[in-house]
Parts: sequence; structure tokens; C-alpha cells
Amino acid sequence: MTVLQIFFLIVALVILGSSLMVVTTRNLIHAALWLIVTLFGVAVLYAVLNAGFLAVVQVVVYIGAIAILFIFAVMLTRKELRDRGPQLNRGWWLNVIIALLTFGGLFWMLQSWNGFSKTAAAFPSSYDALGQLGNALISPNAFVLPFEVASVLLLAALVGAVYIAFNPPSGDSRK
Amino acid sequence: MNFWYFWFDPINFIARWLTGLLTGWGLASWLTSLIIQLVGAVVLISLMMVFDIFLVWVERKVVARFQDRLGPNRVGPFGIFQPFADIVKLIIKEDITPDGADKVVYNLAPVLSLMSVLLLWAVMPLAPVIFGVDLNVGALYIIAAGSIGTLSIIMAAWASNNKFALIGAFRQVAVLVSFEIPMIATMLIPTILAGSMGMNEIVQGQQTVWYVLLAPLAALTFLIAAIAELGRSPFDLNEAESEIVAGFHIEYTGMKFGLFYAGELLHAFTFGGFWAILFLGGYHLFGLENLGPLVAVLILFAKAMFGYWVIMWIRYTVMRIRIDQMLAFNWKFLTPVAFVLLMLTALMNALLRPASSGIYIAGMLLTNVVLGWIIVEILSGFGRRERQKAEGVATAAASAHR
Amino acid sequence: MIPLSWFLILSAALFSIGLFGVLSRKNAVAILLGIELMLNAVNINMVSFWRYGDVSQMAGQVFAIIVFAVAASEVAVGLALVISVYRRRNTVIAEELDLMKW
Repeated sequence: MTVLQIFFLIVALVILGSSLMVVTTRNLIHAALWLIVTLFGVAVLYAVLNAGFLAVVQVVVYIGAIAILFIFAVMLTRKELRDRGPQLNRGWWLNVIIALLTFGGLFWMLQSWNGFSKTAAAFPSSYDALGQLGNALISPNAFVLPFEVASVLLLAALVGAVYIAFNPPSGDSRK
Repeated sequence: MNFWYFWFDPINFIARWLTGLLTGWGLASWLTSLIIQLVGAVVLISLMMVFDIFLVWVERKVVARFQDRLGPNRVGPFGIFQPFADIVKLIIKEDITPDGADKVVYNLAPVLSLMSVLLLWAVMPLAPVIFGVDLNVGALYIIAAGSIGTLSIIMAAWASNNKFALIGAFRQVAVLVSFEIPMIATMLIPTILAGSMGMNEIVQGQQTVWYVLLAPLAALTFLIAAIAELGRSPFDLNEAESEIVAGFHIEYTGMKFGLFYAGELLHAFTFGGFWAILFLGGYHLFGLENLGPLVAVLILFAKAMFGYWVIMWIRYTVMRIRIDQMLAFNWKFLTPVAFVLLMLTALMNALLRPASSGIYIAGMLLTNVVLGWIIVEILSGFGRRERQKAEGVATAAASAHR
Repeated sequence: MIPLSWFLILSAALFSIGLFGVLSRKNAVAILLGIELMLNAVNINMVSFWRYGDVSQMAGQVFAIIVFAVAASEVAVGLALVISVYRRRNTVIAEELDLMKW
């Protein structure tokens, strides 16, 4: 058991534990905060996988924007400051069985693949992964088209979200 | 002889000595390197917190001078022991947790707020050989650490169980998230000019000419966005003392408030340091930094103090801006300016890079000056139209009354 | 060294937990939280396949970045819808939004 393996096990425990808290806790704000712990664990995992840029982008996009959006939405959609009543549907034990079946199915399908337990090749020390990623995102024979489509998607989402959630102020004219 | 090694490369010297000591005691090598890295982190954090005490004194003296008074001058010569008196006062205050507050979140928020500031010091290059980590995504790491601070504001306000705190936090988080965009866009400009996002490379790229001469408009825009990110006046809605008492940290007393306050001051100084690193040349000063790493650290801190002084100057001079004016300023003015500047800089950089350095500098400077002049012309056109509309209404009203 | 199977098992487990969250929660915002967990599990898969395969093929990381963008836009529009529904019907419990049920 090398140090890296023990570290990975700790991070994996943190991720799974906090995601269990996300789906079972009663207090919704606590669920959003546990989601932040999960996202942080995933960012650490990206750093372990030598994808440093993705780790930082995960913190900026997910924790800095999406998690804060969740907290705002939870605060704006409640009649009082506390949660009441059961938070899980009736028959949630059936959902546990479905989740376990999904996990079992994925595991069975993966372990019949012969590359399942391969170990990582050493990361070439002078490899400029960040530069290669940048080149891949804008080079015409690589991924410039999905990149541009993703930006159009973000623009559509921006306009759509503003329009849907817009509350025109009563009385004075829109500026 | 040993002193010479220590003077020119202090961190590695101490690390080698500690490694020899710890392996001599029989520790495994991974444990030794882990302990040395932990010791380095603790030393850096302690030094920054001690410097924070000095910043409290600087802040109070400078605000006093701006307001034409003397400031603290009783506790020690020039009042230099005033921060220690402040610390003692904060520690002996009663520690109140409001009724109905979420205890874990309430106590975690000030810790996270200070943590997000201390994390920033891990990537700042203090000298050519003194830095925490040489991340190749250092500029983006700054934004990431800033978003943890944003999170701590929401946590503090929510856990306080207080509607005024929530109002302050909503406004402050809206401002923080909005002003991240022009900050990232203008932070990309030194990245383009240096060719890398790593802070070390950005400082190295300013060896011949500082980036403030190549992109003054970007430096100005970054400063404005940074002041908004800090939550300082004129963007200080989170603690509009005349409106919502103390904003998101109303319910915090004693040393927890002390953590917020110290974190805010250190954050301002850190952003002064970032402004110095990104635009004012970091530790470069006409070759003086080659005298030794400690000289370079002093040069960087002097430039960071200059940046901090500019931030304080703006704070104590300009009036507070309303929240809708602030957001309109960001989305209708600062973000388009930042994006246009980014595109122009990338274009001019690609066009002028093969030319000689004199033409390069002149070309970049000219681009910024022309863009600034165009912006001023557009704004004055708007202003003229508004004035004519107001005067037209006034003369119509005057002629109707006659 | 960490075998690839550990990462894949972790992401399968995270996906199943997210699936459980989507199926069993009443509050619409909590359902969106479960969807976020599933998207993160997919991302872990992408990046670990990039690392354990040919590191010079950037498809894994590019796909992960596209998933970031899609997740962000989906959360934004989804939460805008939830807030708008709350303004009209004064509830966000998924069971009570049943005007169009048969």
C-alpha cells in the first residue's frame, strides 16, 4: 500500500461519504454544502490524475458558480427559513435497490474488460499538457467545432435563464 | 562560505539542512519531504499573519491622514503597538452565538474566509528562488481561491439567522461573481504577453519592460475589478455601515470578527501584491533583485504596499456606489471594455511579436491609448446627450412656467 | 501505483448515489443536486481514461471541459425554471407540480 494509494482511498471515502450526505440530509443548505465537499474531493482527484488545469477549472466553475447558484436557489424557494416534513419519497427503499443494481451492473460490465486493472504509464515530465489542451481546443482538425458549439450553448442558456427568471419591476418602465 | 549559500538560496539551504537532520534521525524519505513542506507552509502562513498585524497599523494611520487627523499615537511611538491592543480587546470579548444559528457553518465561515486569502500566498513569487509552488495555472488558481472566499460570505450570512446579513451577503455575492469576469479577462492579458499562466513566467517576462507600460488600460481595469472583488469602498455593499450596520458579519463578535477583519486587510494587501506581480514587474527593479533573494522580497513588498496604498486612497476618497449602478457598471461598461481589450491585445501581440522590441512596446502602448481615447469619446457623447436632455427639459419647464 | 479499476469503481459508485438522489428526493432543487453528482462521476471517468490511455490524445480532457459547460448551462436554466415555478405555484415539491398529469 503505497502512500499514493492510501491518499486515494482517503479522498475516495471523502467523496462517497459527502455524496451520501448530499442525497440523504434533511436540511437543503447542508446538502448544498456537502455537495461543495464532494466537488472539492473531485478536484483533488483531478490533480492526482495530472490534470491540474481541470482541477482549478472545477473549483472555479463548480464551487465558485454552480454551488453558489444552488445555495441562492435554495434560499429563494422556501416559505420559511427551515425545512419541514420528510425529504425522501415514499418507497425510497426501491430506489436503493435500483442504485445498487446500477452499480452492480456497471461493475460487472467493466470487470469483463481486459484493460480494467491496468496501471498508469509514467507521465512524461516535459509534456506540456496545458499547451496541448489549448491547441486541441482551437485547432481545426481537433476540437474547435465542439468548443464553439459549447459557447453557443452557454449563450443560449444565459439568455434563456435571464428571460425565464426575469421579474419585471412593477410600475416604472424597463431600462 | 556557508553564509554565501544561505544568502543566495535560503529556502533550499534550509531544506537541505532539515533533510539531513531528519534522515539522520531515521525517518523515511517521503515523510521527510512531507514534514519539510508542512514546515514551509506553516512558516509562510505565520509570516503573513504577523505582517497582517503591521497592516492594521498602516490602515489606521493612512485613513487618519486622509481624513486630516493623526490616528493612533498613544500606544507606543507613533501608535505602533495599537494592533496588539486591538487583538487583546477582541480576544477578551464575549463570544456570542445567535439563537437559531447553524453552529458548524457559523463557526466555519470566518475560518474559510481567512483560509482563502492565505491560500493565495502559495503561488506568489516572492523572489526568483523563493516561492511556494510553481503552478503552471497560477493565474487561474487565484480566481479559484477567491471563490472560496465568496462561499464563506454566504455561509456566514446564512448561519447568522439574520435577514440583514442575508441582504448584505446577496448583494455582495452578486457583485463578487459579476466582477470576476472582467478580472479574469484582464488577467489573461499578462498571460498573453508572457505566454504562460504561471506567475513565475509572468514575472520573468517583465524583465525588460513592465506590463503596465504595455497595457495600462488593462492594469486600470484589473485594479477596478480587484477593488470590487475585495469588497472595499466604493464597492463595499457588504458592510455599508450606514445602511445595514455591518452586512454579512453583523452577528460575529470577538475574535471571529477579528478573523474577518484581518482577512479583509490581508486580502487587500495580497491583491496589491498581485497587481504588482501582474503589471508592475514583480520583484524586478532595474537589476537590483540580483543582489539577493531578500532584497527581491523587499522590492516586491514595497510595490505591494504601493498597490495597497492606491486601494486605500480610492477607498477613503470615493463615495459608495449603489448596487444597481454597480452591476450596470460591470455588465455594460467593464466587461465589454475588458473583452475588447483582450481581443485587441491578442491581435496586436500576434502581429507585432516578430518586430523589434521598441516597435512592440510602442505598438502596444498606442493600442491602449487609442482604445482609452475612443472609450472616453463614447462616454462623453453619452454624457452630452444626457445633459442636453436634462437642459431641454429644464428650459421647457421654465418656458412653460412663464 | 493506482490501478484504473479504482477510479472506475469510484465513478460508478458516485453515479449510483446520484441516481438514488434523483429518484428519491422530493424537492426539485435536491433532484438537480443528484444530477450534478452524476455529471461529476462521468467527468472522473473521462479524465481517468485520458490519463491511463494515451496522454497525447486530448479527447478526454476536451470532453470533460464540454461537460463542465453543459452542466453549468443546465443548472442555470434548471434553477431559473424552478424559481419561476415557485413564483407561480408557491411550491417546489416535485409531486405537487401536477397540473399536466392525466
